[in-house]
Amino acid sequence: MAYSFPEEVLEYVFAFLSSDKDRNAVSLVCKSWYEIERWCRRRIFIGNCYAVSPQIVIRRFPEVSAVKIKGKPHFADFNLVPEGWGAYLYPWISAMARSYPWLEEIKLKRMVVTDESLELISKSFKNFKVLVLSSCEGFTTDGLASIAANCRNLRELDLKESEVEDLSGHWLSHFPDNFTSLVSLNMSCLGSEVSFSALERLVSRCPNLKTLRLNRAVPVEKLPSLLRRAPQLVEFGTGAYSAEIRTDIFSNLVEAFSGCKHLKSLSGFWDVVPAYLPAMYNVCSRITSLNLSYATVQSPDLVELISQCPNLKCLWVLDYIEDAGLKALSSYCKDLQELRVFPSDPYGAEPNVSLTEQGLVTVSAGCPKLQSVLYFCRQMSNAALIAIARNRPNLIRFRLCIIEPQAPDYLTLEPLDTGFGAIVEHCKQLRRLSLSGLLTDRVFEYIGTHAEKLEMLSIAFAGDSDLGLHYVLSGCESLRKLEIRDCPFGDKALLANAAKLETMRSLWMSSCSVSYGACKLLGQKMPRLNVEVIDERGPPDSRPETCPVEKLYVYRTVAGPRVDKPDFVWTMDEDAALRLS
Amino acid sequence: MENSSSSSIVSTESEKNSVLNLKETELRLGLPGSDFLEKKAGTGISLFGKDLKDEGNNGFSQIPLKNLVSGAKRVFSDAIDGSGKWGFSMKGGSEVDLGNGGSENNNTLQSCLAGPSGKEIGNPNPAKPVEDKNNENNSTAPASKAQVVGWPPIRSFRKNTLATNLSKNNVVEGKSGLGCVYVKVSMDGAPYLRKIDLKTYCSYAELSSALEKMFSCFTIGQYAPHGLPGQEHLRENCLKDLLHGSEYVLTYEDKDSDWMLVGDVPWEMFTDSCKRLRIMKGSDATGLAPRAMQKCKSQS
Repeated sequence: MAYSFPEEVLEYVFAFLSSDKDRNAVSLVCKSWYEIERWCRRRIFIGNCYAVSPQIVIRRFPEVSAVKIKGKPHFADFNLVPEGWGAYLYPWISAMARSYPWLEEIKLKRMVVTDESLELISKSFKNFKVLVLSSCEGFTTDGLASIAANCRNLRELDLKESEVEDLSGHWLSHFPDNFTSLVSLNMSCLGSEVSFSALERLVSRCPNLKTLRLNRAVPVEKLPSLLRRAPQLVEFGTGAYSAEIRTDIFSNLVEAFSGCKHLKSLSGFWDVVPAYLPAMYNVCSRITSLNLSYATVQSPDLVELISQCPNLKCLWVLDYIEDAGLKALSSYCKDLQELRVFPSDPYGAEPNVSLTEQGLVTVSAGCPKLQSVLYFCRQMSNAALIAIARNRPNLIRFRLCIIEPQAPDYLTLEPLDTGFGAIVEHCKQLRRLSLSGLLTDRVFEYIGTHAEKLEMLSIAFAGDSDLGLHYVLSGCESLRKLEIRDCPFGDKALLANAAKLETMRSLWMSSCSVSYGACKLLGQKMPRLNVEVIDERGPPDSRPETCPVEKLYVYRTVAGPRVDKPDFVWTMDEDAALRLS
Repeated sequence: MENSSSSSIVSTESEKNSVLNLKETELRLGLPGSDFLEKKAGTGISLFGKDLKDEGNNGFSQIPLKNLVSGAKRVFSDAIDGSGKWGFSMKGGSEVDLGNGGSENNNTLQSCLAGPSGKEIGNPNPAKPVEDKNNENNSTAPASKAQVVGWPPIRSFRKNTLATNLSKNNVVEGKSGLGCVYVKVSMDGAPYLRKIDLKTYCSYAELSSALEKMFSCFTIGQYAPHGLPGQEHLRENCLKDLLHGSEYVLTYEDKDSDWMLVGDVPWEMFTDSCKRLRIMKGSDATGLAPRAMQKCKSQS
């Protein structure tokens, strides 16, 4: 006699499972659990849009209300993926328009989104609520106008750093007069000016507006009017924060900011005139997140501001902060969890600011909760890295970019192997790591051995031989994403660890030494991987098999080879191998 | 010279192959660690275990795999010096260009090894990344360092903001290292756009030559008699010829969002104000086209 809970009970229980990992585990228990789970999964995350097809997703999960899809590989952010590579949204939308009429949320990263897709979204999903387009491209402000005009229940419109063709600011005026549901609007990446009165009215009539990130075109003197209409704001991004200093503008700002008792996050500050920063001082005590990474303000002014923010958890800033400013940060902001320091002049031959490894060491010593670091600098030493590792074993993300490729330890001129080795050895929870500087195969030995929780690894201009790659692929149990550029890694390590690639989301290798022959072999042997050669020099079989390919992108998939490849991408599969050999 | 050195290195590598167990070099697939180790055990060499911990040779283990690959590395780095340029390689969209302005290298081993990267890989000396556009143009090296595509890893939005900030603050004077200026290039009738970095070119001639190569695959059909890239006729300032032959006009969108004909203003002014490029069909550029022809003629 079979004992089992009624389906309804199981479904009720499964509803408490939010993590995909848990839901996936549950679906493996038995067929009936698989069936129950698939009918009640509402949120889908697709880490690689080519790992699965819209049809497969829809077939398995018939009642979905939220999708999150990622497209291009991460290195596309740095122009390493040629234009026209793929990651088109349209096929997804057209399939979901038919099958998920009650879809509420679409969150995308690095996908190509057209105005057509946006229009289809706005017309197909009656209860559409959330649209987040992170680092996307391919659409214009006309597409935004469709969303504004047709999505009556829209709550969130976030254009995070997408590349939008800015035809005009008129799109904002398409929000109907009776539209009041907006909770979050991020238009900071847009260039053109929206109608300010339309913006004012929009802000006035949306009582639940919590996040408002303006674009550069909104001048500082207009901010008080917006802030006064939205005192409930939690996250605010200014526009250009510059103007001739006028006492009336300044005092309006002070007053307007004081009215915002719930502000926790500030950003924007383009073209900031330092004299305007004090206008925010009376909200600083509640601020937990500060993005000053577009603010070209010098260290003393930054320190003034930061010293007012004892509850700061997240700081993004330019290297103008310098070591001195980071020292101040480490003494004022004991709650700091995330620090990102961006370069103000990355292409200059000489350093323009006094920011060194010392700044990061100081913060690692003074901020006990620091777990996430992105740091651009021009010099580093093993001693500093070891100190950081010992100070902060709780690091989860560590991304270091020493601006000069292959820069050695500036004190000893040795490779930085031991420094990064210390990081992976001490920081046992490390999930993400980006390497830079002079590195030999040895650092990969350390990483392969110690970085058990590492999920994403980025490597550039490092290593001596295949051994380096082999250490990583044969260790790093949790590795999901590996991206490599300009390293002498080649066929042997890749082929010897082919099976590992099925346990990962993807592998990117560009300007390495992987031969066309090896790619073909890999594609032949591993049918569940898409092995894609990206080569703008023409068909790979017009060159010898030993010839290295320009770029290689390998990912696991259940959808078979791509059907939408441009002419510079070749899939290495059985058919291709037979055809081309 | 280059031919012989590369072939001698190749034979050195095959000698190594025969000296060591050929199985070592077999391209095989296996589960991480297992097969690899098994085969290794047979020959008394293990990748893991105590051999790895050998402190000989500056702390790097002596393993056949590494020796083989360092042989390959030598080939790679030798091949990089002074090799020819790939006809198809793009400066804008792809990896660092080796281009020495030389003719296409017929030694396939050499040229294909030279393709992907423009610097000595694995060289422990802190070598500066090489982008040889300066050599090509016979101009002096810029005050700032040469740039590698996508390095340092900064997103476009931030890069573009930085560039605007720097120019606004007049911090950079005479430095050519203001960053990259990536603009989209569309061509009427082509299925997808391309993106190029205007800062990697120094003149209209270079730009038009690069664009011609990038889009030649879309125009060959219309340009049958002289069709194939790489032939003399198509190498020099060919966009104008292309324009003549197939009635295309190169236009750009400037900061004021006006569509202008490429070539009217000095190059620097053009790169500062160009937001995107469009290779327009002559029939669409009514009024522009006749001037375009005249302009082209006067520029040649």
